Amino acid sequence: MGSPSLDKGGTGTLAAEGAAELEVQAVDKTYRARAGASTHALSDISLSVAPGEFISLVGRSGCGKTTLLRILAGLIAPTSGRVLAGGRDLWQGSKRDPAALGKFGLVFQDANLFPWFSIEDNIALPLKLRGVDKRTRRAKAAELCGLVGLTGFEKSYPRELSGGMRQRAAIARALSYDPSVLLMDEPFGALDALTRDRMNLELQRISVATGATVVFVTHSITEAVFLADRVVLLSPRPGRIRSITRVGFDRPRELDVESEPGFQHVVRTLRHQLDEED
Amino acid sequence: MEPIAKARWLPWAGTTVVLLVTLLAWQLAVTVFGISPFTLPTPAAVGEAVVDLLSTPSTWGHIGVTLFEVAVGFLAALVFGLVAGVVLGRAEWLERAVRPVLVAVQVVPKVAFIPLFVIWFGFGVTSKIIMAATLAFFPIMLNVMLGVRSVERGHRDVMLGLGAKRWPTFRDLELPSTMPYVFAGMEVAVVFAVIGAIVGEYLGGNEGLGYLVVVSLNALDAPGLFAVILLLAVLGCLLYAVVNGAKRFAIPWHDSVVGREVA
Repeated sequence: MGSPSLDKGGTGTLAAEGAAELEVQAVDKTYRARAGASTHALSDISLSVAPGEFISLVGRSGCGKTTLLRILAGLIAPTSGRVLAGGRDLWQGSKRDPAALGKFGLVFQDANLFPWFSIEDNIALPLKLRGVDKRTRRAKAAELCGLVGLTGFEKSYPRELSGGMRQRAAIARALSYDPSVLLMDEPFGALDALTRDRMNLELQRISVATGATVVFVTHSITEAVFLADRVVLLSPRPGRIRSITRVGFDRPRELDVESEPGFQHVVRTLRHQLDEED
Repeated sequence: MEPIAKARWLPWAGTTVVLLVTLLAWQLAVTVFGISPFTLPTPAAVGEAVVDLLSTPSTWGHIGVTLFEVAVGFLAALVFGLVAGVVLGRAEWLERAVRPVLVAVQVVPKVAFIPLFVIWFGFGVTSKIIMAATLAFFPIMLNVMLGVRSVERGHRDVMLGLGAKRWPTFRDLELPSTMPYVFAGMEVAVVFAVIGAIVGEYLGGNEGLGYLVVVSLNALDAPGLFAVILLLAVLGCLLYAVVNGAKRFAIPWHDSVVGREVA
């Protein structure tokens, strides 16, 4: 088991069992605008994510969900507080720890595929950056295309694919180097409801199959509850953690779970909390 | 059946029709309305003059000279334009510092510099090359500057999230992002380079197609004048086709090459 000697006592109120895969401690973020004005985006956020756990971040737009995810991903540094990945500081001074970054797979609101690469090359881009040879990249890309249902589109260019297919390619790209942590920022926000349901099921299947830890940002409470082990509700101005709700259903779940009274109760509670803010 | 708006033969057919109608109107204007052949020679006379021109060995020398001036001027503009564009695109403070100068130099009609270039560099090809390069430089530099700054933020996030180093970020993201802008600049610049070389030849020297234009004018040889202009048009089209072909080869994925599919 873990090494207790390395444990720093009191890793926040939410420490899950065992060592945390990902953790933020008392994180604050203030954006400074040019004219001296500043925005307090996040205030005193502490959260600990266990290995293999699926966390949903929900809240109104402007509550700092995306900021928190970008801090977790190491894309931006917090103004104060610590970000830990596998117990190690993500930021060493003003430099990001490359070893920690290597474990992260990122999926954004937009697929952000490179239009000059084929789907295959887009998916294998992280492997290319790691110096993996071309044949291995091809094989891995083909395998991932199968996983996300894009077989036959390996040689296509992103513009030839629909929005949902592009987003699946983006997920495949994030999975290409077997990350242990998936960080997703409203990945299905631009998709229609039907495609979205299908993508959620697929994401659940992938996360269960790979055993990856997932932090998933969304503004849909139902989606958040359906996917997550724990739902973290953020309230805005400044972004704070309003509540953390454990969802008691075993994963993977069927879409039918949404009609269960227990599920609806969780959704209702969260919605009330959200409404109380006004 | 293919809808007519998308048919591939449409541009070809359209061009042919426009060309034929123009020639017909031209011929009519001369024969029916009796415009003096000194002002407007018949298409047939121009055709004859073209054949004459092409069968004169010295013509090819003139073509070669102009082509050389355009090519060297264009390539020089490309190199300097790329360097200046990348530097100014990256160092925003520098661009802000020299912006008034850039605007001033751009606004000045650069053709007015030709006499100066002649004084400085003589009547030979050098002054024409410099003129061609000066005209071609700005569209390239401005486009590259824009291109360097137009890397999509989301794409940057992808590379940042993957912890990509400087060189891979350049090779896989910044370079391909900027290429469409480079080619957009080159397509404008190659036309400008031809203008620069021809105008340069008008004003000094005794070789090149611009010089031939002046000679035909002095001889009041209207068909000859038309023939040289036709030659220049063909030359311009060919050079543009070369740049456009290079673009199709280099960035086959870009919308400007593929053509947007309209649903």
